[in-house]
Amino acid sequence: MEKSLSNSLKFILTLALIVVIGFLLFLANKRASEYVILILNLMAINMIFAVSLTLINGITGIFSLGHAGFIAIGAYVSTLLTLPVAQKEMTFLIKPLIYPFNQIQMPFLPATLIAGLVAAGFGYVVAAPSLRLIGDYLAIATLGLGETIRIIANNAWSITNGALGLKAIPPYTNIYWSWGWAFVTVLVIASLVKSSYGRALKAIREDPIAAKAMGINVFSHQVVSFVLGSFFAGVGGALWAHLITTIDPKSFAFSKTFEILIMAVLGGLGSISGAIIGASIYTVGLEFLRVLESPFKIWFINFPGIPGMRMVVLSIMLIVLMLFWQRGIMGRDELTWDLIYKLFTKSARRRGVVDE
Amino acid sequence: MSLAGFFQHLVNALSLGGIYALIAIGYTMVYGILRLINFAHGDVFTYGIYFAFYAVVLFLMPWWVAFVFSIFATAFLGAFIERIAYRPLRNAPRISALITAIGVSFFLENFAIVAFGGRAKSFNPQTGIYPTSFLNMINIGGVRIPVLTFITIGIVIAALVLLIWIVYRTKIGMAMRAISKDIPTTKLMGVNADRVVSFTFMLGSGLAAIGGILWAMKYPQVYPYTGMIPGLKAFIAAVVGGIGSIQGAMVGGFILGISEIMIVAFVPSLAGYRDAFAYAILLFVLLVKPTGILGVEVSEKV
Amino acid sequence: MRKFYVFLTLVLAFVVVSASEITEVKIGAGWEMTGPIAGFGQMSWDGVKLAMKLRPTVRIGGKDVPVKVVLLDNKGDKAEAANVVKRLIDVEKVVAILGPCTSSCALAAGAIAEQKQVAMVTNTATNPLVTQNRRFIFRACFIDPMQGELLAKFAWEQLKSKNVAIMVDVAQDYVVGLANYFKRKFAQFGGKFFEEYYNTGDQDFTAQLTDALSRNPDTIFLPGYYSEIALICKQARELGFKGNFLAGDGADAPELIQIGGKFVEGLYYTTYFHQDADLSPATKPFVEAYVKEYNRRPDAFGALAFDAYNLVLDAIERTQSLDPIAIRDAIAATKDFQGVGGSITYPEGSGDPVKPAVINTVKDGQFRLMTVVRP
Repeated sequence: MEKSLSNSLKFILTLALIVVIGFLLFLANKRASEYVILILNLMAINMIFAVSLTLINGITGIFSLGHAGFIAIGAYVSTLLTLPVAQKEMTFLIKPLIYPFNQIQMPFLPATLIAGLVAAGFGYVVAAPSLRLIGDYLAIATLGLGETIRIIANNAWSITNGALGLKAIPPYTNIYWSWGWAFVTVLVIASLVKSSYGRALKAIREDPIAAKAMGINVFSHQVVSFVLGSFFAGVGGALWAHLITTIDPKSFAFSKTFEILIMAVLGGLGSISGAIIGASIYTVGLEFLRVLESPFKIWFINFPGIPGMRMVVLSIMLIVLMLFWQRGIMGRDELTWDLIYKLFTKSARRRGVVDE
Repeated sequence: MSLAGFFQHLVNALSLGGIYALIAIGYTMVYGILRLINFAHGDVFTYGIYFAFYAVVLFLMPWWVAFVFSIFATAFLGAFIERIAYRPLRNAPRISALITAIGVSFFLENFAIVAFGGRAKSFNPQTGIYPTSFLNMINIGGVRIPVLTFITIGIVIAALVLLIWIVYRTKIGMAMRAISKDIPTTKLMGVNADRVVSFTFMLGSGLAAIGGILWAMKYPQVYPYTGMIPGLKAFIAAVVGGIGSIQGAMVGGFILGISEIMIVAFVPSLAGYRDAFAYAILLFVLLVKPTGILGVEVSEKV
Repeated sequence: MRKFYVFLTLVLAFVVVSASEITEVKIGAGWEMTGPIAGFGQMSWDGVKLAMKLRPTVRIGGKDVPVKVVLLDNKGDKAEAANVVKRLIDVEKVVAILGPCTSSCALAAGAIAEQKQVAMVTNTATNPLVTQNRRFIFRACFIDPMQGELLAKFAWEQLKSKNVAIMVDVAQDYVVGLANYFKRKFAQFGGKFFEEYYNTGDQDFTAQLTDALSRNPDTIFLPGYYSEIALICKQARELGFKGNFLAGDGADAPELIQIGGKFVEGLYYTTYFHQDADLSPATKPFVEAYVKEYNRRPDAFGALAFDAYNLVLDAIERTQSLDPIAIRDAIAATKDFQGVGGSITYPEGSGDPVKPAVINTVKDGQFRLMTVVRP
């Protein structure tokens, strides 16, 4: 039996880690270039997306492909609330904005919360009919729902400004907002998963019928998970909109859902720490692979930059990963202090063997 | 709307629906056997067009040789994808196979951008890709319809008849049907399951190539994302018809093609919602009959 | 140990890759090199490549300093366009930026360039919002209100159109804007018009066209992009339409004719450039150099990207500095710059030059010059 760490030590370690990350971010915010800050912001927002998708897909086992739709709702709602009234008049050229929105302007935090709540409300409305379906049918239906939201956004000119999208969104998102929300997301979802409620969700994932037999109200548990995931998707959408500062329906096509799915699967679908790792690797990796597209030189050989090359490499990497490492980096395990401790002692022992 | 106008729309709808049906069959056959949503199928369709295009432009084949070449080349591409990317995952979690399919789709699209270029290529009789006479107009009761539309409908019907014959009247077709019911048992009967799966992919991809060429003659261009929208629509058609059922895919394809054209024709102000109709039909069918129109009820295993 | 060597090799490789620091002028470029409208980005980049070949250095402090253009692909995606500009400024440390060529991307990219105070010159983003309230954003082309009015005037006076069907791609800022400016002017003339809608990437327009043709338009106005225009022309002719086609600068790509074939014959469109148009003394040498380099006729996107490059280099030579703000001031002060697409002068406090426009038509499978309209 492995020795494990005491709970109070783990708590102190976690707290220390958070303080260290917070300090590093503070430093980055002060010193790093805007480009690095942008990537850090994207990383945090992608974490929110990936973790919320993991809650729905990985932990509860609802195979949803409609995440982009909830992100879109969050992005649009928050933007309609924060955009200055004068800017709204300038943006809505074709059809004026409908009544309540054309008069409102509010700060970022309430706008983000409302965005999350609207996304959650929508999640609640669609959850009931969708969850009657199972497996692939649910996936297809949610994919359709996500796309339908996008198409409605494309055509509802007096609310979303149609295909022209919304512009000049105030750039409120900064390191503190994005990482703060990422922290809240992880905290809420991780505590939910750790609770008895979370165990019930996992039971549903493994076998809904057995779970039902154990007295778990499968449907209501699934709805709660779906609604909570939608809430954080909406919040992430709000942060994303105020980071990029211009949104239109094309930004929320189903390739966005795929992107998030890739992050979650890369880290290990079913693991929250996996989702965090996956989102980080994906965000940084995509930028790093840009090297492939600019002309570069290794010793004497010149490589011309080929536009599109990084996506080719990325997709090959994804396929290879799936072929040889199906469960992703973390599988369904969580990166806990115990696990690190175990790895550490194991490698120490192995080194001990070599020394003998 | 005049009767002539209606007839015009109907012929258009049939040719569009027929192409959807050809693509949808590829989705449905693969799903029927492997329970895999082959997201790369729309891109296989795109490659079918590229193969035909380069066979004519680069290898200077006559158009009909090029088309046959493209059908076979695409069939092998489909089988190759299955061999490389899907077969190793046959016993893996379903989501892994699905993600791989998405990965293959991304790869095919991006590879096409790098290899063929992101700009649209023209698929016009000027380049010798098919005879100019296909574009001649036939006048039927005051309605002008290009010959191509009738050729499309004719080829779709011929391909569907051939497919039904293969699936229901040949040995390999019987093996395909057996495997879709139960892989281990069929294997025990001495059927080489891998070969049957490969054949299924070839058949589906070949049909996609036919659909692709017909599509490219109708909308004379090809670019790396050509297959995305028709692929998605065909996928919806497969689900609406009952995924796993070949007749269902045909029915679904025609339902989608006809409703798409007719709704825009009767209520033109809704044209912006055109793609949403497909999803609306999808959601409606899924909620009323979750397994699709001709789908078979699968009971939940305990 | 072997792993260590592999690692060392990799590290060395990266050191070699990144250690190519010499004195040079770095200009950034962000274009739509992949994605659905990759054609525009690639044509633009060809123009810049030619410009770099003809003018590889810039004279600063009596020394010829080599110019390096760092190209990044924005995939025709807004978020990527913004991302690319951030990277160009922060990582590549460029002193000015060329591109993007579509209004949607230029809007997103421009917001960043403005905030970071680096001048950006777009070759062909025509939507007025691109430069509105922006100090650091310039363009080498005319703007849509002018183009829309010109098209309306041409339709009314030359084509004698009375009833125009407008096919609007509701997914593009540029298209919706251009359609609106056209409608405003055409209504002033007293013309009638109605709209049909589609989305970028649609391939079947028969339903919209059947409806449109039942209202007997004499002209179909297509303010969209070339691939959809070609398909609409084909399907409209197949449905028996006999009137005129009219389009904006989105039609200006060789693919229009390749895809549209005989169906786009007789289409009129406005654009910035034609190789036979005598727009400035610089036009002819450019056309010759372009034909020699690429063995095809130059296009408007490449021509204006060529102009954008030279415009920035001229500004650098005038200010004799690599300070982005000084370069911005020098660009803003540009007077009578003899670009290949006509002379460019920026009015006080504006990034929109007053420029001539060209009306072309398609005849015998070629783009033919109709007239040059001077402001």
